[in-house]
This record gives sequence, C-alpha cells and structure tokens, in this order.
Amino acid sequence: MEEKRRVSCIVCPLSCEGEVVIDSGAVKAVSGFSCPRGEAYAREEVTAPKRMLTTTVRIKGGQLPLLPVVSSNTLPKDKVTACARFLANLEVNAPVKEGDVIVPNIFGLGVDIVASRNLKAV
Amino acid sequence: MREQQFDVVIIGGGPAGLAAAVSASQGVERVLVIERDRELGGILQQCIHNGFGLHRFKEELTGPGYAARYIKMVEERSNITVMLDTMVLSVSEDKTVIGVNPTDGIFKVSAKAIIFAMGCRERTRGAIRTPGTRPAGVLTAGAAQRMVNMEGYLPGEKVVILGSGDIGLIMARRMSLEGTHVEAVLEIMPYSNGLTRNVVQCLNDYDIPLHLGHTILKIHGKHRITGVTCAKVDETMKPIPGTEFYLECDCLLLSVGLIPENELSREMGIQMDNLTSGPVVDQLRQTNIPGFFAAGNVVHVHDLVDFVSEEGEIAGKYATYYANHTLGAVEKVISVKTADGVRTSVPQIVRLYQDDSQPVRLYMRVAKPERKVTLAIMNGEQVVLEKKLAVAKPGEMIVVDVPGDKLKTCGDKITVLLKR
Repeated sequence: MEEKRRVSCIVCPLSCEGEVVIDSGAVKAVSGFSCPRGEAYAREEVTAPKRMLTTTVRIKGGQLPLLPVVSSNTLPKDKVTACARFLANLEVNAPVKEGDVIVPNIFGLGVDIVASRNLKAV
Repeated sequence: MREQQFDVVIIGGGPAGLAAAVSASQGVERVLVIERDRELGGILQQCIHNGFGLHRFKEELTGPGYAARYIKMVEERSNITVMLDTMVLSVSEDKTVIGVNPTDGIFKVSAKAIIFAMGCRERTRGAIRTPGTRPAGVLTAGAAQRMVNMEGYLPGEKVVILGSGDIGLIMARRMSLEGTHVEAVLEIMPYSNGLTRNVVQCLNDYDIPLHLGHTILKIHGKHRITGVTCAKVDETMKPIPGTEFYLECDCLLLSVGLIPENELSREMGIQMDNLTSGPVVDQLRQTNIPGFFAAGNVVHVHDLVDFVSEEGEIAGKYATYYANHTLGAVEKVISVKTADGVRTSVPQIVRLYQDDSQPVRLYMRVAKPERKVTLAIMNGEQVVLEKKLAVAKPGEMIVVDVPGDKLKTCGDKITVLLKR
C-alpha cells in the first residue's frame, strides 16, 4: 500500500520540506526538495534512517564522574536508544584518552563507541 | 600582593580565549589566559553532542573534541601561561588585572593589551518573569546540561522545556536518552530559533511535542515543581484566555536566551551595544578604550563555535599589534548601522587604518525569518554591496565581506538593511 511521508531536510539551512511516497518499503517518488542532496537525504531518512550517538558512561577514579563518548559512525536510528541505555549502565576506569575505544562493535552493528575527551586519574 | 607582567592578558579560557591565546602567542612573548573553571575549554566541555568544527576542521567534532584541539595548541606554546580556578575581580584602564585563586590568593597582573573572552550566561526565570511559586526543579538548560553530562545527576524524571533554542532542543534529546520523559517543548515565538536539524533529530526522533506560539503562565508546586500551566499567545505575545492547559512535571528547563557576560567591561565604562548586549567593537575587535579587545560570545551570541574561534584569532592578532605599537594611524571611522529587518551587526564600527585595504567581515542577524530577500549595505542612497538570500533566519548569522577599497569611498556611516 502506498504511503506518503513528509520529510524536513537537514542538509542545509534552506530546510526544504518535501514528500516521499513509499510502497512496501520501496521509494516510489520524492518531491519538494530543491537539490539532489535533499532528495538523497529524504530517501535514506524514510528507508534506513541513521543517527550519531553521543552520551556518557560512568568512570571510576577520574577527574569527573562521567566520560563523554561518541559513536565512531552513524547507527541505525531505531538502535540509538538501546545503545544509550546499555552505555548508561557501563563503568570504565580512569585514565582514558580521547579516541580510546570504550565498546568495540556495539551490539554487532559495526560501530565503536569511543571516548570524546581525555580524563586523567586522580 | 604578587605582581606579574604580561604582554597580552586574556580573560576567559573558552573557545574565544583559547583561539585568542594561540594567535597572540605568535606576536608577543608573554600571554596569560585566566580561567575561572577547573579546566580550559569553557562550555564546550559540557556540549558532548557532535557537529562542532565543520568550518574550522572540516569534520564533525564533539564539544570536548573541539576544545581539545585548541587546548593542545595552547599547551604546545611555551609562551602561554594558564591560570585555572582563577576569578578576575577587576580590570582597570591602566591595564591592571586583579584576580584571586586558591594558590596565589589575591594577585595583580599588568598587561600591554587585554582581551575580554568571558562568553555569555543564560537568561533565567527572573529574566522572563514567569509567575507562580518558587519550587526546586526549575533550572536553565545549560545548568542541567552540566549536571547530566559532567556531574552525573539527572535533574528530573518528567520534564517540560520552555524555549526552543538549540540548547533546549539538545537537552530534550539528552534527557530522553538518559531515560527522562520530556513532556513538551514550548516556544513563545511562532517559529523555533533552533536549527532544523535539531528540531528533527532532538524532538521528532523522540516524539516530543513542540508547541509553537505557547508560553508558561504559572509554575506550580510548594517544595518541588509539580506542573506548569501553559497557554497559547497572540501576535503580541499575550496569552489567549481559554487556551490554558496543565502539564505535570518535576522539572522545568529554561532555554530562553543568552546574555553576554560583561560585568568587567561595564564596570570599566566600555561602550556597549544595547542590542547585542556586548561591547561596541571595530573590525579588529578593539573596544572604545584603546588596548582593550573582546571576542566570542561576550561580544555577541554566536551560533557556531567556528566563528567564535575566528573572532578570537582576530582579537588575539590585533592585541599583539597594539602591544607592539604597530597598529598604525586611523584614517577614517565608519559606524555600521542596522535598519529594516536587520537587527544586529558586528563590528559596529570600522576603523580604516593607513595603508590597509583589507576586506571587513560583517556578522549580522535578522529580526525575523524571511525568504527571498536582498541584504544591502548602503552608503547613504548608494549601494555598497548586495547579497541575495534564499532564506534569512534570526538563528543563523549572515556573513558578508565588504572590500576595503569600497569602504574607503564611504562616508562616516553605512547602513545594512533588507530589501524585499
């Protein structure tokens, strides 16, 4: 069955609002975007949306009680919250260096979770 | 009292101060950065989300990642001294700074040039005068951001956010990821002041309703906030009777604007711009008092940290020119005025120096969102420069370079405005 979905483009400040027509998961038509980048974004956004994840994990013996972390690449949007919940219950030990891998290949998604700053031990 | 001498003293170790320090260190021997927090980096350290540095480093960094790049540059330069945990108490016109910290107690430093880089702070409940009781659980979005991202506390379990600026939107997502339920975001204006990408990725992704043209009429709760009464507003921002509704919450976050932090500059009598709430500066970021420069959010609230760094670099460079007496003589002073749809412009003054015809970059903000307009820079009736804009939003600064030779032909005043 055909379904129409409105998509706000986030590629540039123009913020075009267009429409994507999908039928059983396949894109049938894209309209309302003023450039090819917007169309490409809209296609991905309705078929396989992806997001970066930034959150924190607990750290023992560091200057601060929390260590900010970032995904090495985008994650499937529907897995972001599960990853964040998992990381909220994780504790690592200081010291940590920016770029250190905190969780390799999280949930087998092919994306690492890495430290986004140095945290010295105290 | 301990006394020290430096060539350039920078007050504030956030992105503006760090960039100013790196740039100043290339022109003078001794640079000092004074920072009141326990570490350098300023507010970037609590902005753990990514998207910083696309202009400057051509990649998307997190806030701490962006800060680390500059902290490294500062640490690599042996002529930059950093004082942490240090509060500046006063600055005087003879360029003496009195500060205090746990190691030195009260101390004095003298400088040849001073750069203000104190950044900004958030508007609070007092600034928007929301009626109701005074319970716990009402805090600014930035304070909550520091609690959640750095200190390890969650300020509530059921949150309402007032204001849809980027900090409010980012915090809506952040609180959701930490398991807090975000009831709604309310925005008094008919549009969001945040970036579209933040509305999409921080609200829509988490099914958080955004009520445009709404505000909070009353805060409820005796010891802890229990809820808020909200209502729709008309074009004059007055609440419309009959549209009230109640939202239960144990936390209210305010994201209702930022104010440049200019206590030190005001006390010194530095001339201020009432619209930006920052000092009036020229294109070198020099204020009306010679040898005093300003950069970053203390001058005007920026939307991208990349521009803050750029401004820090400019101030740092020309502070060294001042310290080394190589600034040259001023040939002409042009004031930059705003009209018809343009709200602010920085710099507010252009000082043309002898033998200098460098372009001057203007950063402007419009008063309200508009489409298909032309930004014009006028010298009286004559057009100096025009730029067509497909969209103009108050949340996104407009940047225009005005060629130096064109400025030389202008009178003592130019005006930037929108033509529809």
